[in-house]
Amino acid sequence: MNSTRCAACKYLRKKCPPDCIFSPLFPASDPQRFAHIHRIYGAGNIARMLQKLPAHLRAQAAESLSFEARCRIEDPVYGCVKIISQLQQEIFMAQSQLAKTLAQFQVFCNSLSIADPQFQHAAEASSSFIDQGPRSNHL
Amino acid sequence: MGGNSPCASCKLLRRRCATDCIFAPYFPPDDPKSFAIVHKVFGASNVSKMLQELPIYQRADAVSSLVYEANARMKDPVYGCVGAISYLQKQVSELQMQLAVAQSEILCIQMQQAPSVVLPSQIELSEGKSLLLPTTGHNYDYLQHYLNFTSSGSVIQDPLNRESLWT
Repeated sequence: MNSTRCAACKYLRKKCPPDCIFSPLFPASDPQRFAHIHRIYGAGNIARMLQKLPAHLRAQAAESLSFEARCRIEDPVYGCVKIISQLQQEIFMAQSQLAKTLAQFQVFCNSLSIADPQFQHAAEASSSFIDQGPRSNHL
Repeated sequence: MGGNSPCASCKLLRRRCATDCIFAPYFPPDDPKSFAIVHKVFGASNVSKMLQELPIYQRADAVSSLVYEANARMKDPVYGCVGAISYLQKQVSELQMQLAVAQSEILCIQMQQAPSVVLPSQIELSEGKSLLLPTTGHNYDYLQHYLNFTSSGSVIQDPLNRESLWT
């Protein structure tokens, strides 16, 4: 048994064995982190999820679960999904703004190329820039 | 509702579906997968507690977001939704950079122009246009820690589009 129980075993009021799966991930110094995660997922579910992962990935999994649990506690309706939704909106706005800017750029360059042939190159470059467009995302 | 056919949750949990079953309105019997996945990640009792703490008019959205998160976690057991957030933030940064490049291209050409050549579109662009997009105001400071996470981005779909979640 560890001389100092991890945050999970302290919270669950049980002995902390040497091979406790929570021990490396939930140190006693941060009891609230485990409390949040237990409230949303439950210790059993967390243990099961962590056991299915290779050891070197468990810390990152615990971090992401902790973040999502905190988001859910702060926003019980949407949790971290609200952030995803907001980011998707930002991407949509950015794509619209970029398309508008590129279109204006092409109009501008076309006008200039008519007025001054040295801008023919810029007009062609903007045309190919527009053809590439905002990079497609996987949404 | 319960009625003659138990809801998806009571079917999975093998119990009688009461008329006031908290899950019944949100987990119909024709969609067993949604509850199965939510139960796997969160646990039925935790979901029940979360729903009980919410007013009725917010429960449908809460269930949608829980199903979304559970799906994300199943597809990406290490990063879940955090991976999707990281991926989307990178997308936003890339788009902002592309926009800045496009705007700077225009400014460069403007600067090369004779002062007498001023097109209406130039004035429109140069007045009050910021190179950075306005943010939604959400505090992403605590997300900075996760920006090094990698993700395939395959979990991303419209999170609150109920049609896509229920198919």
